[in-house]
Amino acid sequence: MNIIVSFKQFFNDLRRQKLRSLMTMFGVFWGTCSIVLLFAFGKGIMEQQLISQKGIGDNIAIFWPGITSKEFKGLPSGRRIRPTEDDIRLVKSKAEMVMRISPEFSRSALLKVGKNSSSRRVHGVWPEFGAMRNVIPAPGSRFLNAADERERRRVIFIGNLLKEDLFGEDEAVGQTMLVNGMPFTVIGVMQEKNQDSSYNGRDSRKSYIPSSTFNAMFSRRYVGNFVAQCDPKVSMDMTRAEILEILSTKYKFDPTDREALSVWDTTEGFAFLKNFFMAFRIFLVGIGVATLITGGIGVSNIMNVVLEERTKEIGIKMALGARKSVILTQFIVETLLITGVGGLFGFVFAYAVVKAVPMMGLTEFIGVPEVDVTGGLIVVGLLAIVGLFAGIFPARRAANLQPVQALKLF
Amino acid sequence: MQEIIRLKQVKKAYQTGEMHFEALKGINLVVNKGDYLAVVGPSGSGKSTLMNILGCLDLATSGEYRLDGELVNTLSSNQLADIRNKRIGFVFQAFNLLPYATAAENVEVPLLFAHVNSKERRKRVTELLARVGLADKMNNKPTEMSGGEMQRVAIARSLANEPEIILADEPTGNLDSKSGAAIVSMFDELHKAGKTILIITHDMSIAEHTERLVTMKDGLIESNGDLSGRRVG
Repeated sequence: MNIIVSFKQFFNDLRRQKLRSLMTMFGVFWGTCSIVLLFAFGKGIMEQQLISQKGIGDNIAIFWPGITSKEFKGLPSGRRIRPTEDDIRLVKSKAEMVMRISPEFSRSALLKVGKNSSSRRVHGVWPEFGAMRNVIPAPGSRFLNAADERERRRVIFIGNLLKEDLFGEDEAVGQTMLVNGMPFTVIGVMQEKNQDSSYNGRDSRKSYIPSSTFNAMFSRRYVGNFVAQCDPKVSMDMTRAEILEILSTKYKFDPTDREALSVWDTTEGFAFLKNFFMAFRIFLVGIGVATLITGGIGVSNIMNVVLEERTKEIGIKMALGARKSVILTQFIVETLLITGVGGLFGFVFAYAVVKAVPMMGLTEFIGVPEVDVTGGLIVVGLLAIVGLFAGIFPARRAANLQPVQALKLF
Repeated sequence: MQEIIRLKQVKKAYQTGEMHFEALKGINLVVNKGDYLAVVGPSGSGKSTLMNILGCLDLATSGEYRLDGELVNTLSSNQLADIRNKRIGFVFQAFNLLPYATAAENVEVPLLFAHVNSKERRKRVTELLARVGLADKMNNKPTEMSGGEMQRVAIARSLANEPEIILADEPTGNLDSKSGAAIVSMFDELHKAGKTILIITHDMSIAEHTERLVTMKDGLIESNGDLSGRRVG
């Protein structure tokens, strides 16, 4: 019954104090909205960065030929270390922590389709290369396979922008294109991806052919570089050590010589990014908490102002026989409803913004913001608690007045 | 005569900082069921303080207040709220209606607190407003009514839970003489219907309607006389 009285009271008050109720609700609305947006965009940006980082590949390291900087077993420093494709096969057969590995040969070539031509790098790689470096074929196409490699097929996989340069809007898969005058069949086009780091340019304008075909055409003795992917259960540091161990045995260099082969371990950047985003997340939570506290103080303040405004009304009600609990319930229900309704609208509005932003096409930079349902529930829960506290203190103050005190203030 | 209110050495003191002020300095008063009593006296004599204590809107600093034999001083705040709700109707000088609510909603408030069901509430509200001659103003808000009409709504509200006692603090103080007279005749009728009525006033023409006259001065009862013999009609 008390609840019903409170509800009736609340709606009467809402009608009467439209502006005040709206202002309070707006405060809560704004708080909720800010927090939900903060988290949604924070998450979107973070994930975008991680995706871009992963554009180059997951858990990979890239190795280039180098020059020894340390003497080793009587051999002088300054020797060139240049692995061959056979060395990569050796590593593949011996290294246990290496999940995938591929040599990468590359050179510039003239690519031609009809009247369109472009001078771009062509890369000779193994079929594992695609999965390792996140070079994913678009639907209806494929990357190089074992048969291509074995049979030295003249097949080519091209980046999505290179496809646009050469074929425009036309279908490319199954078409023929010339590589330095030699006809190749396009077997695949790369699916568009975000990539924030690269070597020899972005993958979107590269093309790939089987390494066997590449060597038949250009006969390279040494690999340009090679890419290795470690088992996710082990660290790249250990995998790298294992690879260097195998190659140093063969080429007789100090396995701790960091210049014998130059290595780019992409997982290092990834680890940095993870730490950075952990800090970023803590920062966001801090701002969120501060916003909630500010909102709570606002609600509490307004409830106090309301109390002053309403002291007389409370006096009247007490004179007419309202028990303390009725007055208390009214204030609490009112606060909860105001925070609840404000919070709900804030949530819905933030949700709409989050859904609308990707349509404006900034996703490459800020990612796709995403409302976290758990986060949303936490925000609503926190607001309810803030609302409850904000309601209880003024309500207790109101209910502890003597009727005559309340009436006499006016 | 059955006794309904008994005050014994009731004192009320206010302490504000260093200032100590005794509004009531020891009141002894007995009110019987069906009494029609006026309390008069200059401002500051303590009559409003007395009325607030009688109406359980305030508590005495010392002394005994018995309502129907029950010692009020020791009751809990909920018990006091129930007394205000069911056993005492209060009519204020300033009407004290809820400004946003209609006449009907104002009369309904004490019924809500008494947990009367909605069907019964509607019936009682209609009856009460008809009784004070405002059947046609049920849905008017206080801002759409004259002072006399507002006070009639307040009287209807004070009667909502059929209390035995009606307390009125300067009920005609904010009204013109014609409206005031109408309100007084309403109290006359309630008296005839058997209610116990106490009115604070400084208007002697109202006091002439009552059967007892209590005069207060400086926080004490100066005289306590039976006027029924003198009363005209």
